[in-house]
Amino acid sequence: MIAPGTAQGIRSGRARAATEVNLQVHVRQRVTQVLYDAIGVGVAVVMLFPIYWMVATSFKPGRDILTLVPKWFPAPFTLQNFQDAIARPFFLDDVKNSLLVVGVMLALALAISFLAAVATARFGFKGRTAFLVMIIGVQMVPLNALIIPLYLMLDSVGQTDALPGVIAVYLAVVLPFMVWTLRGFVANIPAELEESAMIDGCTRVGAFLRITFPLVGPGLVATAIFGFIQAWNEYIVAYVLLSSPGNQTLTVWLASFTTNHGPEWGPLMAAATLTGLPVVAFFLILQRYLAGGLTAGAVKG
Amino acid sequence: MGMAVAAPDLEPVPPFSPSPPYRAWLRANILPYALISPSVLVIAGILAFPLGMLVWLSLQHYGLRELIHHAGDWVGLDNYRAILVDPLFHQVIVRSLLFTFACVALTVVLSTLIALLLLKVRSAVRILVMSSLVFVWATPVIVSVDIWQWMFDYEFGVINYLLTQLHLGNFIHHNWFDNPVQGLGVLVVVVVWGAIPFVTITVFAGLLQVPNEVIDAAKVDGASAWHTFWYVTAPLLKPIFLIVTCLSTIWDFGVFNQIYVMLNQRPSSDYFTIAIYSYRESFGVTQYGLGAAIAVLMVLVLVFVTFFYVRETVKVAEIA
Repeated sequence: MIAPGTAQGIRSGRARAATEVNLQVHVRQRVTQVLYDAIGVGVAVVMLFPIYWMVATSFKPGRDILTLVPKWFPAPFTLQNFQDAIARPFFLDDVKNSLLVVGVMLALALAISFLAAVATARFGFKGRTAFLVMIIGVQMVPLNALIIPLYLMLDSVGQTDALPGVIAVYLAVVLPFMVWTLRGFVANIPAELEESAMIDGCTRVGAFLRITFPLVGPGLVATAIFGFIQAWNEYIVAYVLLSSPGNQTLTVWLASFTTNHGPEWGPLMAAATLTGLPVVAFFLILQRYLAGGLTAGAVKG
Repeated sequence: MGMAVAAPDLEPVPPFSPSPPYRAWLRANILPYALISPSVLVIAGILAFPLGMLVWLSLQHYGLRELIHHAGDWVGLDNYRAILVDPLFHQVIVRSLLFTFACVALTVVLSTLIALLLLKVRSAVRILVMSSLVFVWATPVIVSVDIWQWMFDYEFGVINYLLTQLHLGNFIHHNWFDNPVQGLGVLVVVVVWGAIPFVTITVFAGLLQVPNEVIDAAKVDGASAWHTFWYVTAPLLKPIFLIVTCLSTIWDFGVFNQIYVMLNQRPSSDYFTIAIYSYRESFGVTQYGLGAAIAVLMVLVLVFVTFFYVRETVKVAEIA
């Protein structure tokens, strides 16, 4: 033991105290880090659990679904629920309707919004600002409020319970957002690229088709995916406008599943999984473009 | 731009013109209008015109007979008078406001907490949380309602089992939708779960923009974590909080899908929010005029929210 009071004793005592304090701080930091990470994992589990439960239920045989003590894993694994869901009346009809509505709508929306995007990104003209303000403003109008006049309008021209009416409404719903986003993509491509192609002998249209169009491709894809997701997920317009079961879209079919047949959770969860699948897939693709867009901005800024 | 203005002083460059003047004039004065005309037509015909028609309808008696004849009876403000003295409408308004407040407050607070947490966790955990958020974001609303319906099922629902196992009470065969307060609580959970990803990712993106020097300076000055957040981070993020609060308010005040589908498309009047009430009056009991008047009031509330948002944003922009 070192006698207290000697110079050496004080020094080594201080050193020891310092390392202890360092160690304490270090341990406390480690504990805090582990705590934060644990909470983070907890958040992810809580957020993901409902989706996991849907997928797990859809792969369970019926007797494993209706249990008082839940079975956490789909241990005997079955595809029966998916077969049941697909065999259900009108499922395939409604998948076809959804694809038709979204496909036709997107083709029209991409063409129309691209023209407007070029006009607002490449030309200065009187009323340009007014047009852009309108594009932003109409996105604030809640669709729920317009459903009554839309129904009466389409009813007076005999387009209720028909897909063209729904296509027209979806077109108007996604168009403002698509114009706005595409405008950004077109504006990001320098007009000088087109001009130099024209100096090299391209016509204006040729320069546009050969230079700008390929460059704006990713923008078109990203915008199309946004439009797809919005239209694919839409419920109330389709529900109000389409009354006969063979004419409806997938979300309407999914929402009426329990009312028509009582809660058959297995096939319902299988159908829900199938409905969500394309959206999740497209969303993951979109993530890449979003990430790309973010890094592009970072380099520039 | 500065370069372009300075150029003529240096040397006169002939203007670059690949086509004759007439075509240039045409391009500048006709082409842009031709390009935007399809968009203008679609938006005017399918959004703006119905909006005007909604107001027109709200001033008419428009029932089943009028629907068949495609013409309503002008009644002036009678529909609005009828609604404003209707005790059910008062309940609906109060319920919608409380529901909106609960959803927006929970969404913004929880999302901000998760976004702050994302700054602290190691990168593997951050990727895990971000992926979970993207999956939830991608889940269609109707799909999510079906999932929560199954999880809150009174007989075999996993939530009742978990709550009982955690000794939070006896939830065996507990029907959450017998009591509208509990039922609306469940719906708040459904809405907030679906809304958290967008708000969290937006706030997190904002947090990444806050310069580290500002945070470090606050720490050097001895500010606690809470003070740093409240007096340094939050004011810097005010524009982002404004937009997420405004958008959440618009979405949650007009809530329809979650409640309507959760209650099997037959919600009792205890669950009427303003959008469902408007739907019921028009398509349930074919009083399209009354339904339109309710919808107009809903739009007015949202216009007020938007106006407040724009005013605050302009204020923030002026200060900055």
